[in-house]
Amino acid sequence: MTVFLIIIVIALLGITFWQMSKILKLSKSQSSEDPTIASDKDNKIQGYLMLAFLIVFNIFMLYNFWSYSKFYLPEAASAHGEDYDRLMFISIGLIMVVQVLTQFLLHYFSFKYKGEKGKKAFFYADNDKLEFIWTIIPVIVLAGLIIYGLFTWSEIMNVEEDEDTVVIELYAYQFGWKARYAGEDNTLGKANVRFIEGINTVGIDESDSYAMDDKITSELHLPVDKKVLFKLRSQDVLHSAYFPFFRAQMNVVPGMITQFGFTPTITSEEMRNSEYMVDKVTEINQIRKENSKELVANGEMALDPYEFEYYLLCNKICGISHYNMQMKIVVESEEDYKEWLAGQESFGETMAKQEENNKQ
Amino acid sequence: MSALANATVAQDHHGHDDHGHHHKETFITKYIFSQDHKMIAKQYLITGLIMGALGILMSVLFRIQIAWPEQSFAIFELLLGEKYAPDGVMNADAYLALVTIHGTIMVFFVLTAGLSGTFSNFLIPLQIGARDMASGFLNMVSYWIFFISSVIMISSLFVESGPASAGWTIYPPLSALPEAIPGSGMGMTLWLISMAFFIAQSLLGSLNYIVTVINLRTKGMSMTRLPLTIWALFVTAIIGVVSFPVLLSAALMLIMDRSFGTSFFLSDIYIKGEVLAHQGGSPVLFEHLFWFLGHPEVYIVILPAMGLVSEIMASNSRKPIFGYRAMVASILAIAFLSTIVWGHHMFVSGMNPFLGSVFTFTTLLIAIPSAVKAFNWITTLWKGNLQMNTGMLFSIGFVSTFITGGLTGIILGDSTLDINVHDTYFVIAHFHLVMGISALYGLFAGVYHWFPKMFGRMMNKNLGYVHFWVTAIGAYGVFFPMHFIGLAGLPRRYYTNTAFPYFDDLADTNVLITVFAIITAVVQLVFIYNFISSIFYGKRATQNPWRSNTLEWTTPVEHVHGNWPGEIPSVYRWSYDYSKMNIDETDYVIPGQDFVPQNVPLQKNEEELNH
Ligand code: HEM
Ligand SMILES: [Cu+2]
Ligand SMILES: [Cu+2]
Repeated sequence: MTVFLIIIVIALLGITFWQMSKILKLSKSQSSEDPTIASDKDNKIQGYLMLAFLIVFNIFMLYNFWSYSKFYLPEAASAHGEDYDRLMFISIGLIMVVQVLTQFLLHYFSFKYKGEKGKKAFFYADNDKLEFIWTIIPVIVLAGLIIYGLFTWSEIMNVEEDEDTVVIELYAYQFGWKARYAGEDNTLGKANVRFIEGINTVGIDESDSYAMDDKITSELHLPVDKKVLFKLRSQDVLHSAYFPFFRAQMNVVPGMITQFGFTPTITSEEMRNSEYMVDKVTEINQIRKENSKELVANGEMALDPYEFEYYLLCNKICGISHYNMQMKIVVESEEDYKEWLAGQESFGETMAKQEENNKQ
Repeated sequence: MSALANATVAQDHHGHDDHGHHHKETFITKYIFSQDHKMIAKQYLITGLIMGALGILMSVLFRIQIAWPEQSFAIFELLLGEKYAPDGVMNADAYLALVTIHGTIMVFFVLTAGLSGTFSNFLIPLQIGARDMASGFLNMVSYWIFFISSVIMISSLFVESGPASAGWTIYPPLSALPEAIPGSGMGMTLWLISMAFFIAQSLLGSLNYIVTVINLRTKGMSMTRLPLTIWALFVTAIIGVVSFPVLLSAALMLIMDRSFGTSFFLSDIYIKGEVLAHQGGSPVLFEHLFWFLGHPEVYIVILPAMGLVSEIMASNSRKPIFGYRAMVASILAIAFLSTIVWGHHMFVSGMNPFLGSVFTFTTLLIAIPSAVKAFNWITTLWKGNLQMNTGMLFSIGFVSTFITGGLTGIILGDSTLDINVHDTYFVIAHFHLVMGISALYGLFAGVYHWFPKMFGRMMNKNLGYVHFWVTAIGAYGVFFPMHFIGLAGLPRRYYTNTAFPYFDDLADTNVLITVFAIITAVVQLVFIYNFISSIFYGKRATQNPWRSNTLEWTTPVEHVHGNWPGEIPSVYRWSYDYSKMNIDETDYVIPGQDFVPQNVPLQKNEEELNH
C-alpha cells in the first residue's frame, strides 16, 4: 500500500538522520573538539540555522495563509455572524502582526548575538521604562478587544423573545437530533425524558394542552430573516449544537434547558449558488471522483456527488458515533417554511394514528 | 581552568563531615526506595519519559486514522488487537480511548509529574542550598504513589471493556454511565482511582517543596535572590495545593454518582430504554469543578518550564535575565489570575452569559503578565554572547511556540470568538503549542542542561541539534495548519471526518499533519538514544560545564548524600551576575571570568546592586 510505503520511507529517513549524526560524532571525537559543549563554530552554525528557521517559518506561515485561508467558512449566514467575522479578522490581523514582529526579534537576536570567544555580553538587568511600555501597550490593545468583544457578546447572548420570534426545541440524543416546532398555539408543550414511551420519543407531556399541536421533525427548517430561538434539551449525555455556518454554538445539557438565538440571513439556495460554495463544491466533487476510482477498482461503491446543505453537528464528545451526529438545516423563504411546516404531522396526529393501529 | 578555581574560591573545604551519617547504602535503598532527592528526581524523570513515549505513540496511531480513515494498517492490528482493530482497521472505541489516554498521560503524567516532579525534586534543594527535601521520606512516598498511579493508568488499557474514553476532561454523564460508552465501565473506575493516587502524590510533593523553599534556604539566600527556577517551582507547588483538592472532590463525587446512586452531576437521563433515578444534579457543576483545577493545571505545566527556560537562557546568553523583578511579579500574577479564569472553557456550556463576560475579562488580563515574560526573554537575548547549547536552543524554541500558541489564546479567551471555534481543531492547535509543545521544550531544555548534574556525564550536542531542529520544524508542521482546519469548523474528537463530505477538501492537509507527526515522533528516538547512551558512555562532566552561577554547580560531580561534602555554601548575591563589569569597566568582576557564582562574596571592585 502506498500509504505504508510513505511511512516506511519516513522511518528510514529518521534512521538515516540518526546514523548520520552518529558518524558525525565519531569523526568529531578524533579531533580535539568537545562533542558536548557548543564551540564558536557551533554557535555560528546554530545562529545561521536560527536565521534560516526564521525565513522558513515565515514562508510556511505565508503558505498556510495562502493555501488554507480558503478553508475559512463562507460568509456568515446569520445576522450577528457579520460582527463575529469582523471581530475575528481584526483579532487575527493583530495577532499576526505581533507574531511576525516577536518571532523576528527572537530569531534575529539569536542569530545576531551568537557567541564568540572574547566577546562581552552587555550586562543589562533592568529598565523600568521599557518594561512599563510593554506592559501598557498590551493593556491598551487588549482593553480595546475586550470592549468590542463584550458588546458583541451581550448582543448575541441576550435574545429577547417577542411575538415574532420562532421558538424551536432542539432535542439531542445518542446519536441524532430532532426538532420540535410549537404548532398553531405558538407554545411548546411541556416535556421531560420521563414521559418517553413508544412513539413519544422525545418525552412530551401528553396531559399538557399545549403539546398536541407540536410537530417533531428530523430536518431543521428555518425562515430567512426571522429571529429563531433554540431551546436545547438532551436525552442522555452532553452534546453541543454547533452551527458553524451561522457562527452559533451551545451545549445541550441533560437536566437543564439551554438556549441560543440567531437570525438566518442567507437561504440554502443562495448559499449553494454563492461563488464560494460553487468553487468549493466543485473541488470537493473532484476529490470524491478521484477517491471513487480507487474504491471502484477495489470493487466497492463509488461516492455520491456532493451537494451543499447547511448542517448541524454535535461538538461535544458524546459516545461512539459522536463523529456522525448531524442534522440537515434548510433556510428558506417564509412562505416555503410555512408550507413545509404545514405538511408535517403534529404530535396529536401521530398519537391518534398509533391508537388507531392499536385498536385494529 | 582558572575559571573553575575562582568559582570555588569562596567555598571552604575544611569543615569535613559536619554531615556525619554515612550509613551503608544497599541497592534497594540507593536506587529503589531512595530518600535522596536527586535519585527521586531521576525516578520521576525516567517514569515520565516512559509515559511520554507511550503518549506520543498513541497520538501517532490516532493521527494515522485521521489521515487515512478506516484503512487497514498492520501496526493497528499488532498494537490494538483484533477487538479494537478488526482486520487492521481502528474502530471508534479505540480512537476515543487513545485520544483520552493520550491527553491524560501527556498532561498529568508527563508534563506535571515528569516535568515539575523531576525538576522540583532535583533543583529545589540544590539551588537553595539544602541537604535534601524537608522530608525525604514523604518525598520517597510521593514518588511511589506516582508509580502506582502510573501502573493503574497503564493497566486500564487492558481491561475487558476498554480504558476511559470520555476525553481527558471526563465530563459526566458520559463518564458516569457505562451504558453511554463502554470505556465508562471498569476503565473509568481505574482512571479515577489512578487520578486519586496522582493527586495524593502531587499534594505530598507540593507540600514538601513549599516547606523546603520556605525553611531550608542557606544563609544569604533571601527570596529576592532565588533563581527564577525556584520561584516558578515554588509558586507551581502552591497552585497545586490550592487546585488539586478540588479535582479530587470532583472525582470523589463522580465516583459516588457512578457507584452509590448519588446525583451530583446527573439528572433527567433516559438511556438504553430506561429512565435513570438520578435527579437534580448538573453536569455544569462538574465542569466548574474540573476547570477550577484544569485551568491552573495548564500553569502548573507551564510555569516550571518558564522557570527552567529563564535560568538556561540567562546562563547561555552570558547575561542577567532581563527584569528579574518583573519576572517574579508576573509569575505571581499568573498564579493568582490562573485561579479565576476557569470559565473560559465554559462560554457555551449553558452558564449565565454574564459570567462569560467576567471570564473574558480575567482571561485577557492574564495575557498581560504572559506578554511581559515573552518580551523579557527576548530582551535577555539582546546583546548577549549566546552559547548555542542544546538546552539554549530548546529555550529559544520554547519562547517561539509559547508566543505562537499564546496569541491564539486571545481569540479563544474572547467569549464571542470562542462560540464558533470552541472544541474545534483550532483549540487543539492552540493548547498543543502554548502548553504541550512549549512545556515539552522546557522539559528537554532542562534535561540537556542539568544532565551533567544528574548523571555526571554530558549529552552529545550533535544528536541534540538534530533532535531540536527536526522537532522544531515538525511541531509547527503539525500544529500550525491545524488552526485552519479548526477555522473550517472541524470538531475535535471525531473518529473520522468522512461523515461530512464538506470536510473532504481538508483531507490532504490532514495527511500532511500526520506525516509531520510521524517524523516528529521518530526523531524523539534520537533523544532517547542520546539520553541512554550518555548515561553510560557520555563524556565525563566537569563540575560547572555551562559556567553557571547557581549553587548546584558548586557540588561535586559525584553525587553525595547531603549534596555538599563540606559546609553548605553561603550566598552573597543573586544568580544572574553574568558579564558583570568591575567599577572601572576594565574587566569582569572576577578578571577573565564572565560569571560570578552566588557563593562569591561581594568584591571590592564591584558595584552593589539591589539583589
Ligand atoms: C507528537 C506530538 C503530539 C501529537 C501529534 C498530538 C496530537 C493530538 C491530536 C490530533 C489531538 C486531538 C484529537 C481529537 O480531539 O480527536 C490531541 C489531543 C490531546 N493532546 Fe496531543 N499531541 C501531541 C502531543 C501532546 C502533548 C505534548 C500534550 C501535552 C499537553 C498533549 C495533550 C493533549 C491533550 C490534553 C489532548 C486532548 C485529549 C482529549 O480530547 O481528551 N498532546 N493530540
Ligand atoms: Cu457528540
Ligand atoms: Cu483555561
